[in-house]
Amino acid sequence: MTRMLIVHRIAPGATVQDQGRIGYRAFGVSRGGAADPLALAEGAALLGQSVDCAVLELPGSGGVFESTEPLRIALTGAPMRVTLDGAPLVWNASHAMPAGARLDIGGATAGSYGYLHVGGGFDLPQRLGSRSAHLAAGIGAVVQAGDRLPVGGDTRGGVGLCLPQDSRFDGGMLRLVESFQTAFFDPATRDRFTETTFARDARANRMGLRLDSAGDGFATSAGLNILSESIVPGDIQITGDGTPYLLLRESQTTGGYPRIATVIPADLPRAVQTPSGGTLRFRFVSRDEALEAERKMRDHLRALPKLCVPLVRDPSQIRDLLSYQLISGVTAGDAPDEKE
Amino acid sequence: MTSVTSPSFDPVIRSAGLNGVLVSFGDTLTELGNRAALAFAAAVARAGIDGVEECSPSLVSVFVQFDPLHLSLEAVTAKLTTLLDEQDWYAAPMPEGRRFIRVPTVYGTDLAPQLEEAAQAAGLSVDDAIAQLSGARVRVQTIGFAPGQPYLGLLPEAWNIPRQTALTKAVPDGALVVAIRQFVLFSVANPTGWRHIGQTALQLFREDSDTPFFLRPGDEVQFVQASPDVLERHKDDPDGGALIEAIR
Repeated sequence: MTRMLIVHRIAPGATVQDQGRIGYRAFGVSRGGAADPLALAEGAALLGQSVDCAVLELPGSGGVFESTEPLRIALTGAPMRVTLDGAPLVWNASHAMPAGARLDIGGATAGSYGYLHVGGGFDLPQRLGSRSAHLAAGIGAVVQAGDRLPVGGDTRGGVGLCLPQDSRFDGGMLRLVESFQTAFFDPATRDRFTETTFARDARANRMGLRLDSAGDGFATSAGLNILSESIVPGDIQITGDGTPYLLLRESQTTGGYPRIATVIPADLPRAVQTPSGGTLRFRFVSRDEALEAERKMRDHLRALPKLCVPLVRDPSQIRDLLSYQLISGVTAGDAPDEKE
Repeated sequence: MTSVTSPSFDPVIRSAGLNGVLVSFGDTLTELGNRAALAFAAAVARAGIDGVEECSPSLVSVFVQFDPLHLSLEAVTAKLTTLLDEQDWYAAPMPEGRRFIRVPTVYGTDLAPQLEEAAQAAGLSVDDAIAQLSGARVRVQTIGFAPGQPYLGLLPEAWNIPRQTALTKAVPDGALVVAIRQFVLFSVANPTGWRHIGQTALQLFREDSDTPFFLRPGDEVQFVQASPDVLERHKDDPDGGALIEAIR
């Protein structure tokens, strides 16, 4: 019988994601895939499985889930409040989820996108070579309450691992390289761009996010008549009214608004995890510095399985602490005041 | 957006982000630049350069994605330059298997509310605007933005109108929009800065089909004026009532 994850409640906009689609750009389909690819790799490392496994992407908050069979799960990305049958679970860690248990994932305490991984991955049919929903392309759909998501066969065992909590969930500085359209913007406008502190607008989705700032926009004399040209994830397009939009992995493949610069791939996880209202700044780096950051990121991705360490239970989070034998020879439960 | 045919432009290679380069055959849309881009993209794909991950043509450019830790920017530029020098890409033939497709289109009405605004921007009466737009035989220059979504051109010079300053929140699939002497026909409902002047019932992206993308670069299209009830009649037809013939 197929193992199923039953969705009792879920955040609006939640989707199944994997690494996305490669090879369809010429047909107008951007890569898409998990908004935060680092979180995708972290979950794969925690469960000791392929990074190709499909996961559930939870924007802003989670939902309530139940499994028909015992599952291994991992929770990564934006940290969210989470309990399993009422007991708190550690984020950025792998856990056993018994059949019938109630997994309750609440709102994000930092960041934007949380991820629920299952051992074996979500076994949805591949569409154009991927299980990712690509809402902008009309491929797949959001996951809704009442859905039952099939879970693939889990060939691995083991839970109770965790990865260090990361700091990419609060905005900050993003590194830029020049784009082939950077020269459309005069040096004063470019300088002003890197001197400005932006707030991530509430208007953001998997295609891109809008950057708000006080003061003038960042209009270019190139105007609104330039040719539509290929877009890469990380491009910062300036619309006609001077507003910057940071384009992400599910963006359109081409566009006609000029791009002032491109955020380097290593900084895109931080960019997408910036919570609504979180602040972002930008600085240009040399190509060499950008390549060094890329090298570091790939080294980190490769090292993830080795960075997983056994989860040490935090006594403050053990609800039925008094039922544990804490000191040899002493058992709890006798005294009347030792009730929870 | 002035020159239509002159290829007086040496191809240029520029970086696009950390892991891409853009090979451009012009900075305005020209017929020959477009042919060059289509042919060169096919040649890059055939060349199978180690470290190149994906390549796709846009209007007059080719985007080449590569792994910058495997293939340096200098190396990929050198390889593409060698390929550029192999032939006169501006003289390349059009792709094979092209078709001429006539698509029933409602101009204006509440289905396409920006016709008057666009006609005004083009300095034309609404009737003249419809006559020019519905009479134009345009070619698919590239597929982009959304699945199977074509950019088509070139329209008469009057249609060199800018995009809007702000985005329209969404136009529906099948929407025909116009700017800078080009049409875009929307495959999926999406925001746009182009003006929505016509509506069709054509399904450009057919996910469950063996050929999921209906239009291909090189196909020619005429958006023939039709009444709303014609569109209604074809709403369950993926071709939206289009007539298709091979170009020989």
